[in-house]
Amino acid sequence: MKQLFIFATALVAAPLAAQNEDLGQPIQEGGEVETVMEAEDGEGLTFTITDETALEDLGIAIPGFATDADVATPANQNGTAALGKELARVITADLRNNGLFKPTGPDALPQPSFPEINAPNWPTWSNRGAEMLVHGYVRARSDNRLTVGCYLYDMALQQQLVREGWIVEPADWRRAAHKCADLVYSRLTGESPFFDSRIAYIAETGPKDNRTKRLAIMDSDGANHRFITTGRSTALTPRYSPDYKKLSYLSYVDGNPRIYVYDIGTGRQTLVTQSDNPTFAPRWSPDGRYILYSMAVNGNTDIYRVPSTGGTPQRLTDAPGIDIGGSYSPDGSRIVFESDRSGGQQCYVMNSDGSNPRRISFFGGRCATPEWSPRGDQIAFTNSSSFNVGVMTPSGGSVRILTRGWQDEAPTWAPNGRIIQFFRTERNSGKAGLWQVDLTGENERRLPTPVDGSDPAWGPILP
Amino acid sequence: MNTRVATGLMLASTIALAACQKKAPEELPPPPTQTATPTPSAPTGPTVGSQQHFTDAVGVANTVVYFDTDQYNIDAEDSAKLQVQGQYFSQYPQLNFTVEGHADERGTREYNLALGERRANAAKNYLVSIGIPANRIRTVSYGKERPVALGSNESAWAQNRRAATVVIN
Repeated sequence: MKQLFIFATALVAAPLAAQNEDLGQPIQEGGEVETVMEAEDGEGLTFTITDETALEDLGIAIPGFATDADVATPANQNGTAALGKELARVITADLRNNGLFKPTGPDALPQPSFPEINAPNWPTWSNRGAEMLVHGYVRARSDNRLTVGCYLYDMALQQQLVREGWIVEPADWRRAAHKCADLVYSRLTGESPFFDSRIAYIAETGPKDNRTKRLAIMDSDGANHRFITTGRSTALTPRYSPDYKKLSYLSYVDGNPRIYVYDIGTGRQTLVTQSDNPTFAPRWSPDGRYILYSMAVNGNTDIYRVPSTGGTPQRLTDAPGIDIGGSYSPDGSRIVFESDRSGGQQCYVMNSDGSNPRRISFFGGRCATPEWSPRGDQIAFTNSSSFNVGVMTPSGGSVRILTRGWQDEAPTWAPNGRIIQFFRTERNSGKAGLWQVDLTGENERRLPTPVDGSDPAWGPILP
Repeated sequence: MNTRVATGLMLASTIALAACQKKAPEELPPPPTQTATPTPSAPTGPTVGSQQHFTDAVGVANTVVYFDTDQYNIDAEDSAKLQVQGQYFSQYPQLNFTVEGHADERGTREYNLALGERRANAAKNYLVSIGIPANRIRTVSYGKERPVALGSNESAWAQNRRAATVVIN
């Protein structure tokens, strides 16, 4: 049994310093999610899926989750039965939107009863074009929390492939749905999960020459959208800390471009480094112990590393020219970054102490905004000659361009390293939106946001 | 020791006097400079320290220098403009000002921020080289965040690759 905690954060009222004047009200972030196994007959989970055809042809039936008793819950004004349908809708959307499966949701399927969750009524689900069946239940506990169970069945084998359960706060009910989608996705693809994660980005409104740019966050499917800043000052390039407790981003709140570290729990922020020089391009180390930032001194930009708890910054690059950005390898040993020391933007890899920098991009175009995959096997980048997003190996080989927009830039990886998110800007209007593409380049879709969006940063799987 | 203190006091009072003396003419129309475009300021016109006064004095075209794609070098045309600016700021030594660096939209966001900073510093360094104290010049980069030309074409991009000098009020 694995227990996962997100500590509920106390809202602390504090006098706002000048650098906090662009911040909205602090947001309350999540409760704990506890993983539980409901039954003890855990053997027999070694079946492989019977269907070896492409995953996009794999039909999955996802009827509404059952409830033992339809009772009131803060998670849904119509009670736990209605919540069960909502859970199935979220799972269906997760699995459909990434182009991997052919899911059918609860609105087109009969509703299984609570006892059937453990023992599917197979005839009901055959002849529906589904090779896989998802069942689940939701139960309101006496302590107000919810237990959500998730079961994946192979229709041909009439066998359970995997199951798991979670105890969540009512406000976190969508996380249970994402965890179920992750369970199904992982079991069927062999890949790591990614739905139970969040995205930070910049919400954009207004005319091209006077854009309002606000720091905003949302779940991986766009739900639970919240603005962090008010828009009075321009905010750019956010990054979640690996534990989701902080956001680093660029703000013009004091009139100059500077990197701040915003504490989600307290709603307060501090400068990443005490300096009058402009700072750009914040990045976290995978263990959260360091923040990379880039700082311009007399017009020359270099990359620095500072402990995320504060301390003395260490300069990592010293070549004349613009050295900027940086993305750690998953093991934290190396950093890929961008530099124009050779004349134009190119991608370089150095050790995490700044030693042994060497250029890796030689594909003919300019290489910008490199981001190391969480799996370690790929580096995503912007080809800033053609403005498309591509991937290459950490040694610069096997370059593949995945997108074809007029201006696509700033790739960020899904937590499992299988999907890349980026932003696409329209010619002339300057309107920007968030897009996702998988590593085949074939499945591309726009992630809906309330207003225009740019500078996406996908966080890891939620703790 | 005493001499030093006395000298210091004298210097201080000289500076104070100088400051007072400099203040007075601000109420009057600025004397035309040789390089200024002929825009005579009426007594009710822009005051020294305003962007309008600076623009009227040097000519709006001389307040902005432009750059080639990804470049930040000050060419002959740029240096002619910056010399006009330099004369203005020599004439009004009480003024501090800002050089804003910008880039066109055809660059990635973070690189453009660094590029804008580099362009602003190139203009600043030229002004320093012709005698304007560095501590009077602030630089700020807006990257591609504040375009003046809104199209997505070569002409618009050329107008947006710029370092613009603005007077702090």
